[in-house]
Amino acid sequence: MTDTPAPRHVPDRLDKPLSSAIFSWEALLVVIAVLIFAVNSLASPYFLDPWSLSDLTFNFTEKGLIALAMALLIISGEIDLSVAAIVALASTMMGMAVQAGAGTPVLVAIGVVTGLGCGAFNGLLVTRLGLPSIVVTIGTMSLFRGIAFIILGDQAYKGYPESFAFFGQGYVWWVFSFELALFLLAALVYWFVLHRTSFGRRVFAIGNNSVACQFSGVRVDRIKFILFCLTGLMSGIASVLITSRLGSTRPSIAQGYELEAITMVVLGGVSILGGAGSILGVVLAAFIMGLVTFGLGLLNVPGIVMSIFIGLLLIIVIALPIVWRRLREGRFA
Amino acid sequence: MKNFLKYREIWLLAGIAVLIGLISTRFPGFADPANLRQVFNDTSILMILALGQMVVILTRSIDLSMASNLCFTGMVVAMLNAAHPAIPIPVLIVIALAVGLVLGAINGFLVWRLNIPSIVVTLGTLTIYRGATFVVSGGAWVNADQMSPDFINFQRAAFLGLPMLSWIALLVIALFFLAMTRTQVGRSIYAIGVNPTASVYAGIDVGRTKFIVFCISGMIGGLAGYLWISRYVIASVEVANGYELNIIAACVIGGISIAGGIGSVGGAVLGALFLGIISNALPVINISPFWQMAISGSAIILAVVLNARGERRQGRIILRNAEAA
Repeated sequence: MTDTPAPRHVPDRLDKPLSSAIFSWEALLVVIAVLIFAVNSLASPYFLDPWSLSDLTFNFTEKGLIALAMALLIISGEIDLSVAAIVALASTMMGMAVQAGAGTPVLVAIGVVTGLGCGAFNGLLVTRLGLPSIVVTIGTMSLFRGIAFIILGDQAYKGYPESFAFFGQGYVWWVFSFELALFLLAALVYWFVLHRTSFGRRVFAIGNNSVACQFSGVRVDRIKFILFCLTGLMSGIASVLITSRLGSTRPSIAQGYELEAITMVVLGGVSILGGAGSILGVVLAAFIMGLVTFGLGLLNVPGIVMSIFIGLLLIIVIALPIVWRRLREGRFA
Repeated sequence: MKNFLKYREIWLLAGIAVLIGLISTRFPGFADPANLRQVFNDTSILMILALGQMVVILTRSIDLSMASNLCFTGMVVAMLNAAHPAIPIPVLIVIALAVGLVLGAINGFLVWRLNIPSIVVTLGTLTIYRGATFVVSGGAWVNADQMSPDFINFQRAAFLGLPMLSWIALLVIALFFLAMTRTQVGRSIYAIGVNPTASVYAGIDVGRTKFIVFCISGMIGGLAGYLWISRYVIASVEVANGYELNIIAACVIGGISIAGGIGSVGGAVLGALFLGIISNALPVINISPFWQMAISGSAIILAVVLNARGERRQGRIILRNAEAA
């Protein structure tokens, strides 16, 4: 007379009610994006022109590409502060190759491979030696950019071939730049990997409890190593785009990009402590940062003042849900 | 444990001695006491900043906004001096400390009351404070000829054979040493870093202590702001851009664990000195200053590899997240 319970299907994620979708982080970001978009189009008559909107995308595509990989890395509980330095080093390597007479395909290959190599170096230090990634990448940040400075000093590399300019300046169709197309494609790939594959589920699991993952047979170190390689790879790709767009290399190229990419990731709802986040949020955050900087630019607000808005946006967007929850619970001091 | 900590600093000291020895083979005058005093003076600001960062890192937090705070406070003090040269320097220093304290308290409040991770808060205030510098100055510079002679010469005045700047650094080092080893707050800071959960059960208010820590790093940023501007006699929005990572680098080389709870005043001072010696030595031994960045990067990686050996944490956390309750 014993009931043998039928083997139940255990879902790997819970069904979400519609209300949670409405009050989700992504919905908040969409509202903010629409607000900024509306304010911009009211504030400047030049904003709603298709070509202006196309120019706008150049503000975030390169950093956005890095932010996509950084999102996975941060979800897994690690961080990479060396991405901007990787961009600089990869750009310097491409510049050296140009000096040696390399053609466009070789240049792209050198940029991407340099990025991948730098990412692998970070990954080895973090996973093989078990070092904290924030410190390792502060070190490699100085090291990679330092190498660029040793090679270049106060000089600049110029003379990139005509065909190389396509990556940062070319258009795929009408106003859609190659950079934007690449960013959207990469976003799609990263969305699929993070939200639709077992690899992505493992990244979340590692961020929530890496020790439990280790005991569950997840190869934590290998996945983290892959994530560092991906971040390096995306930095290499971003380096190709930036170098192509600017047409020159200085060792100070992409200064401060690491903090902007991390701001994008955090603004996109990825927990800086790891274990939570979505690619959609990061893409929305990238658009929002592009909208803010471009809109303020049309209003002749200097870049440094824009950074105040980005900083405020970051803190306010993070703080709002917390303050809101406390107010509802009535325990805000 | 105590012996082990001393061990670490002795090794760092030995490393510095070897470094000075190596430099002396290329440039014999480097180990000269007069030159070493000069190096110490050159490194004073970095040492002070590293101490401020140290107390933050000890509590498992990080303050990325220190260099922006330095820039903002330095600009405020320089503009005050340009507009009212009659304000005596000690009053200006108090103002610098107060402005820095307010900026630090904003960081601390957000970390304490809203529970936002410090890296996010200070990433935001990093850009906000530097942007605010532009707003208060309108993008203009304050040049040497706008500053009063007292403003510039205060830190250069010699007293018992050392410039005032070195004395200020020594005073700050002494204060931090006393605070970290002899006061309740100092010991609480270590306790929080070693085990925040246990600290709660021991009756330590973790949030409040973190607030205090950010106030300290803010005040240090403010003090360094005055010292930096009066040393390099120019105040602009670009002052100390990216310097926050140098400060953290000095801490890391000094053996302060980014995971919190491990580190000492001596370590932070030696870590800063290590970087200071390298930057002072490169020009005199005819190595291009462009090498400095790569060398300090390698030093950071080497330091963290060596430090990681003794740092593996034993034991498990049984009670999680009590500090959040």
